[in-house]
Amino acid sequence: MSRVDVVDLSPRVGAPDAASRRLRRRSGRFLRSEIGMVFRRRRNQAILVVLALIPIVIAIAVKITSRTGRGGGDGGAFFSSITDNGIFVGFSALLVVLPLFLPMAVSVVSGDAVSGEANLGTLRYLLALPVGRTRLLGVKYVAIVVWAFACALVVAVAGLLIGLALFPRGEVTLLSGIAVTYPAAVWRLVLAVGYLTVMMAVIGAIGLFVSTLTEVPVAAMATTLALTITSQVLDAIPQLSAIHAWLPSHYWLRFADFMRDPLAFDQIRTGLLASVAYIVIFAALAWARFSNKDVSS
Amino acid sequence: MALTELSASTDLPSLEQAVLAVSSAGLTKRFRGGQVAVDRLDLAVPTGAVYGFLGPNGSGKTTTIRMLLGLIYPTAGTHALLGQAMPAHAAAVLPRVGALVEGPAFHPYMSGAANLRRLDAADRTVDARTARRRIGDALERVGLTAAAGKRYRNYSLGMRQRLGIAAALLKPRDLLVLDEPTNGLDPQGTREVRHLISQLGTDGVTVLVSSHLLSEVEQVCTHVGVMTVGRMVWQGSLNELAAQQRVRVRVETAQPAAAADVLRRLGLDEGTVADGEASAVLGEAEPEQVAAALVSAGVGLRGFVVERPRLEDVFVGLTGEGFDVSG
Repeated sequence: MSRVDVVDLSPRVGAPDAASRRLRRRSGRFLRSEIGMVFRRRRNQAILVVLALIPIVIAIAVKITSRTGRGGGDGGAFFSSITDNGIFVGFSALLVVLPLFLPMAVSVVSGDAVSGEANLGTLRYLLALPVGRTRLLGVKYVAIVVWAFACALVVAVAGLLIGLALFPRGEVTLLSGIAVTYPAAVWRLVLAVGYLTVMMAVIGAIGLFVSTLTEVPVAAMATTLALTITSQVLDAIPQLSAIHAWLPSHYWLRFADFMRDPLAFDQIRTGLLASVAYIVIFAALAWARFSNKDVSS
Repeated sequence: MALTELSASTDLPSLEQAVLAVSSAGLTKRFRGGQVAVDRLDLAVPTGAVYGFLGPNGSGKTTTIRMLLGLIYPTAGTHALLGQAMPAHAAAVLPRVGALVEGPAFHPYMSGAANLRRLDAADRTVDARTARRRIGDALERVGLTAAAGKRYRNYSLGMRQRLGIAAALLKPRDLLVLDEPTNGLDPQGTREVRHLISQLGTDGVTVLVSSHLLSEVEQVCTHVGVMTVGRMVWQGSLNELAAQQRVRVRVETAQPAAAADVLRRLGLDEGTVADGEASAVLGEAEPEQVAAALVSAGVGLRGFVVERPRLEDVFVGLTGEGFDVSG
């Protein structure tokens, strides 16, 4: 048996860098495969289509009502600015998808991460390859974060494009009344997408942990979504203001600060730090649970 | 090499590990409910053997295989694959082990080839540049080339089983652990898998193949281990098993009492007398010698049969029940 021509485990003497590069490339292959699986899955493609449709619906609705003169100011600062500049379609759409659609999209993929493989039985074959359990969680989580970023990005980009098509462009008057150039405003939209990706990465970490607890993907998805909704409900009860700072969803709306000038980074930084803390906690829980779990599915 | 010799050399663990592809000592799995699925199992699969891992459904074979591969953790005991302790050296040893555990499992919405690509991508010990060729070869080896692009969802049970075997053959292996590989296959497919196993055995790959049907593996095995209710009741080479067989001689005659008398005088044990026949365990005696003694004693012979028990009967004797009965 000549195993050597296919399985090259031995790092060549004098070329440790090449060996470690090769190993990294091979890790990258699993990650690419995982991300490819997430994006090739029809269910997930349908989610992206729905997310892209939301800004289009918003833009068309605003266009129609503004033309007939019934356009009102009760839609919030973002909505009322849409007729001034199309870029606000992107921000408005992010605001609309934030409470439910975006958390749902992330709950579905993250809740499915481990429980889905366990449910199909493919988990045992991955582990027998072997894929280290820590490596599996790492690859799954990175794919979840990439997915969360893609979801927020699809909303922003669809909003940007339909905004360009239906509404004026040019200088953008921010919420604080200061005008910036259109490219500067696009950059702020990109920052907002990045911020929301970190917010959704918290849901992804919670979902990954829940996903290690069950072999029923739907249960993990529903539990994750229920937890994020609970967080939002608690955040909306003034009498519970003492715990608001401890709720992950408390920091979500701060993405609107990216449309103020000067940028209120203090608020944003607190949100980012709290989110990173949550990510570390739930990733650690997922690892503690999964690393010595009996896989009998 | 005979297993009895190996187990005697306990003072030479390194030798033992070098010769055994799979070994375990006191391997035990107690589930949370308190049920003991595997009870102090001492498994010994010599390198190069085709080891038939037999036992009724529910006897603990799959739980053992899951422990061997590090999927579940033993309550007590140790085990090693290819001479390296598990699960400590899983990263080094599992790439050399191909496995089919409790039936195939793949993503239903992906094609057979895409599923193999997925597994191959997750394996950090293989070269991506050879992936296409290796996947093609594996599919060809199990006869799935024509169905490679078809979604797994639309595969028949037999095709799924074949894809599972293809996944185990994605790269050269030193050890294959195949749990019920012929499940769901038609007689033609069963024959093909059996052929594949003996071919792999000839190539020097150690194969551990579990089955609840002795007849499925009897023709390809060099060694067998028999489990029942979580315990190993017998293990060793088929030659050793054959040596243990108790061959009986059966005499059909009108004078059964006289015949039984002759058999007893020749030193044959466990004699029985029935209407029109007498029988006893042949033991060291030669059949020719027995026949001659009967004739010279004036026993009229109607028939003279030397009965070798079928292997199936030996196993039913060991497990105390039919092989299809769940334990």
